[in-house]
Amino acid sequence: MARLRPLEHRQYAHCESGVVTALLRSHGLDLSEPMVFGITGGLTFAYIPFIRITNMPLIGYRMFPGSIIKGAVKNLAVEFRTRRYRDAREALDELTQLVDGGEVVGLQTSVYWLPYFPPEMRFQFNAHNLIVYGREGDEFLVSDPVFEHVVRIKAEDLQNARFAKGTLAPKGFIYYPVRVNASVDLREAIRKSIRRTVHMMLYAPIPFIGVKGIHYLAKKIERLNPRKDLKMVRLFLGHIVRMQEEIGTGGGGFRFMYAAFLQEAGKLLGSPPLDEASRMMTEAGDMWRRFALACARACKSKTADFDVGEIAQLLRKCATQEKLVYSLLKTVKL
Amino acid sequence: MNNDTFMLKIHRFCLLSEMCPRVNDNEETTMKTSEVPQDDIRTLQGAKKALYAVDDQGNYTRSTTSGWDVEEVVLTQVIDDFEEKAGAAALRVRKNETSPIEYFMYKKWMDPLTLAQVMGLYRWQVKRHFKPRVFKRLDDRTLGEYARIFGVSIGALKNFPEED
Repeated sequence: MARLRPLEHRQYAHCESGVVTALLRSHGLDLSEPMVFGITGGLTFAYIPFIRITNMPLIGYRMFPGSIIKGAVKNLAVEFRTRRYRDAREALDELTQLVDGGEVVGLQTSVYWLPYFPPEMRFQFNAHNLIVYGREGDEFLVSDPVFEHVVRIKAEDLQNARFAKGTLAPKGFIYYPVRVNASVDLREAIRKSIRRTVHMMLYAPIPFIGVKGIHYLAKKIERLNPRKDLKMVRLFLGHIVRMQEEIGTGGGGFRFMYAAFLQEAGKLLGSPPLDEASRMMTEAGDMWRRFALACARACKSKTADFDVGEIAQLLRKCATQEKLVYSLLKTVKL
Repeated sequence: MNNDTFMLKIHRFCLLSEMCPRVNDNEETTMKTSEVPQDDIRTLQGAKKALYAVDDQGNYTRSTTSGWDVEEVVLTQVIDDFEEKAGAAALRVRKNETSPIEYFMYKKWMDPLTLAQVMGLYRWQVKRHFKPRVFKRLDDRTLGEYARIFGVSIGALKNFPEED
């Protein structure tokens, strides 16, 4: 095993990109979180009405959980050791052995079972990522990327969190890099990942994904009837915004994080168009925030006299702006 | 490089003129570090979140936020909805119309499908356990699993208080 740098806790905007960034750094590849998020192709938009979570349709601003780890394997040539378990006892034994041997590992967990989360945030969400970097007696030392400081967790709570059942059940998922190429060709990785993201956002073959997906959602919003079922309309609008602004998104549905990636990539490759694309993506993020604000106002309004057409129009602006960004990125020679 | 910049200008011009003449609203609200919302929202309980924002030189940098009011509105909304359902369920438990399982389910912000998934059951089984008659005959293993998920004792599950 190569010598690891001691883990230095930092706070990140998103759990999975944060964990991967920190793991790579401890193995000698020092990239920023936006860089990891961008290179692994973390950005997306998906509105899938027939996949429902707590009776609400799936709305995602980033790729499905686990894709950042997969992206790091594919685009950064990192080799991970990963494992899921049937036997919870075995998972605990192996974790204990690994961290006692000085390994720093990523785990998939359920937020519901993590006692250090604010109670208001402890929903059934099974794809939260965190790092375990040590152990003291019955407690594991945890570096949770979305928290300011390191925390501790009892083995029993961690076991519950790792073996929660339901959608995206973690099944004790553990991962850590075994080989990291610290001198990986970033230019190539950036080029590949941007091309892939652009292609998905512009040309996904189904109407639920990418720019088309945003328009699809706008159409859905336009057809809502607040006078018929005010409560449902409010909960639906609130749901969209929760997915966009909640902890672990960096705000603006990951758009600001992607803009940060484009800017850094532009500097690294000396490409002014990437810098321009970054500014345009920031504008897109701002538009998403204006949309969120309008939704929140509708959620708070006592009556049904808000205009869903106006809200849908704000969303269409996001779609138009994002289309501009991807069309520009498509023409940039990298 | 110059060529790129030139192409970029042409590109923007074409896109702006043909598809979306009004895309720029003259609103100069970029996500600046100085404009990152700091609303100290209740749901974060004093914690701060990291995010990326633009500094005075136009460079992205990591910054922190104590939350945005919008987030609090939408999070409180869904919590209030569950609390309301839990309150209604509590009344029905006392009238012997449903079991405490329904009450605790809403109290822990789940719906029947989510609860079924985390229990490893089908939804119809969970709904059946809402029936007071079925609930009374539940074995201790099933009750224990519900109690573990809800973070309460089996006693608390069996003896629902008559008043709040």
